[in-house]
Amino acid sequence: MKIYVPGDAAAKALGADDVARAVVTEAAARGVEVTVVRNGSRGMIWLEPLVEVVTEYGRMGFGPMSVADVPALFGDIEAHPKALGLTEELPWMKRQTRLTFARVGVVDPLSLKDYELHHGLKGLRRAIAMEPAAIVQEVTDSGLRGRGGAGFPTGIKWKTVHDAQAPQKYIVCNADEGDSATFADRMLMEGDPFTLIEGMAIAGLAVGATKGYVYTRSEYPDAVSQMQKAIEVARAGGVLGTSVLGSGRAFDMEVRVGAGAYVCGEETSLLNSLEGKRGVVRAKPPLPALEGFMARPTVVNNVISLASVPVIMDRGAAFYKNFGMGRSHGTMALQIAGNVRFGGLFETAFGLSLGEIVDDIGGGTASGRPVKAVQVGGPLGAWFPRELFDTPFTYEDFAAKGGLIGHAGLTIADDTVDMLKMARFAMEFCAIESCGKCTPCRIGAVRGVETLDRIGGGDASGIPLLTDLCETMKSGSLCALGGFTPYPVMSALTHFPDDFTATHKEAAE
Amino acid sequence: MPLDEAAVLSRVNEILAEHNGMEGPLLPILHAIQESFGHVPQAALPVIAQHLTLSRAEVHGVMSFYHDFREQPAGRHVLKLCRAEACQSMGADRMAEHAQRRFGIEWHETTKDGAVTLEPVFCLGLCACAPAAMVDGRLVGRLDEARIDALAEELR
Ligand SMILES: Cc1cc2nc3c(=O)[nH]c(=O)nc-3n(C[C@H](O)[C@H](O)[C@H](O)COP(=O)(O)O)c2cc1C
Ligand code: SF4
Ligand code: FES
Ligand code: FES
Repeated sequence: MKIYVPGDAAAKALGADDVARAVVTEAAARGVEVTVVRNGSRGMIWLEPLVEVVTEYGRMGFGPMSVADVPALFGDIEAHPKALGLTEELPWMKRQTRLTFARVGVVDPLSLKDYELHHGLKGLRRAIAMEPAAIVQEVTDSGLRGRGGAGFPTGIKWKTVHDAQAPQKYIVCNADEGDSATFADRMLMEGDPFTLIEGMAIAGLAVGATKGYVYTRSEYPDAVSQMQKAIEVARAGGVLGTSVLGSGRAFDMEVRVGAGAYVCGEETSLLNSLEGKRGVVRAKPPLPALEGFMARPTVVNNVISLASVPVIMDRGAAFYKNFGMGRSHGTMALQIAGNVRFGGLFETAFGLSLGEIVDDIGGGTASGRPVKAVQVGGPLGAWFPRELFDTPFTYEDFAAKGGLIGHAGLTIADDTVDMLKMARFAMEFCAIESCGKCTPCRIGAVRGVETLDRIGGGDASGIPLLTDLCETMKSGSLCALGGFTPYPVMSALTHFPDDFTATHKEAAE
Repeated sequence: MPLDEAAVLSRVNEILAEHNGMEGPLLPILHAIQESFGHVPQAALPVIAQHLTLSRAEVHGVMSFYHDFREQPAGRHVLKLCRAEACQSMGADRMAEHAQRRFGIEWHETTKDGAVTLEPVFCLGLCACAPAAMVDGRLVGRLDEARIDALAEELR
């Protein structure tokens, strides 16, 4: 018998390790021979731990599983109370376009053999046979834009590094994923780490970099150890090392762990941190592409940007570019989180409306109360009211509505949320996490908290002050921490003015 | 129990040797030291500084920039509660208040018996099963009051 029990951190947080142990114990007690594979998560977090049993028809899903549900897996499984049917046939799975996450939840994350059986390494093999400039061109033609937040065209960044002359260049993967409501990087690193390794190796070949770093967070211990193990397997398998897949060209990489500073997700702060310095943001220019890690030309890309490269190289730029809408090409891994009935990761082409994502795919709130607001793009993203639910999920459409898609995390909140409190939190978070380099961010955020407290206390004269302060932060901050904190604050004020008036406060009490 | 300075220095020197040849080794070194001692002992700073040809102030500056590094040991267990938006939408503030009351401590404090230190954390990547917590590296999703009470019994 072959049974999949996810080893993904979210599955573990919901008891997957106990379930895995129970499967082994129960099998032994019954004298059944069982292979347990700790796969990634399929992304249906509300069904985790989602156990799968391999049957002659395919992989049958069961979830959410508890230890008590395990013995029945060894009986008539179709009658199991947690039976879901074939996992691949579930509506949530069938509606997706899984390109970057095609293997996550499917394969054994640390088996290179399994990886190759599922189209792994095809992109890298094709890249090896190409001229570096042609690889860069292919990525440019795919329309891929940075998935870390800023949406900068990946191929153009690569071209700058490709064209730079230097004795050493680097690929740095930004796996610092600090935004609330985001976990795509984590799920990919835990569930299919070879895809990131392959993407980074292709990037190395394309720009002439022989060394890569994955900078991730100390809050992600499982992802760290999984990446480290995968790198060792990849090295042993000849994917990494002095001759990548026998090409005669070198690429190797290692994992580095941050130390609990949100701002280190900003690329120049990240580079300082990687060099062992305070994670203070650097002024640009120079661009990291020209003077990045150790002042050498460096590609800094998000996990999902890099992990989308193998499928682009395997299926071709045109294949990837055909998905999406407008200038937002390809797919995005939506992370639907917070107060939501069906939370998880849903990969789809750009262009669904926010309402479809929240109400239809997410199924509304977990509390059963009405959705009041959705924050898109993490702590620097705007809050969207229901009136804006027709906004299509693309970079441009969200920008046009005073927001951003960022790393595509969505925090759903029901009607009990107090938007003044959320605005205050945004300012407080900025104050705590500011790197301290510029006054509007460092001091402005502290003033913002005070001003919001005044407004909360019933002093409406604080509102124009808050608006001015946000303007100053927007125009006077070096990076998007200070510069974009006004998004959640002003969107809360603009769309939910009632939460900022004293009458509302009294009514609520 | 105060750490024996000679023992600290010998372990620190081992760690420094293990990181020779690394590009940008300071964060990995600080992590390794904290892993060994539960905090970064003051005595380690000049040794690190000398080894990396930095000033002691520079090493201290780096250490103090990052929330993770502690100058003092934590309790025997560290309970981290997520305070970020997705967890808030599922009652993280209520969980934090409950935990603070149950353990009788505020953020960053340690219970009198030295058993538990309470730390805020901004996102554990468990935002679709919020509220989230981490207990000494073990993850907890859909945290509720009962679970906090159970942890209070368990963590000694
Ligand atoms: C405060 C702040 C935090 C950021 N955090 C992240 C992060 O965690 N992950 C990420 O990929 N990009 C983050 N970014 C964006 C990066 O600066 C950069 O745009 C990105 O790594 C580039 O990669 P991409 O082009 O593949 O998106 C952050 C930016 C700011 C200002
Ligand atoms: S905006 Fe804030 S975080 Fe960004 S560089 Fe300025 S002080 Fe640092
Ligand atoms: S850069 Fe120094 S205060 Fe703005
Ligand atoms: S917001 Fe709490 S785990 Fe992400």
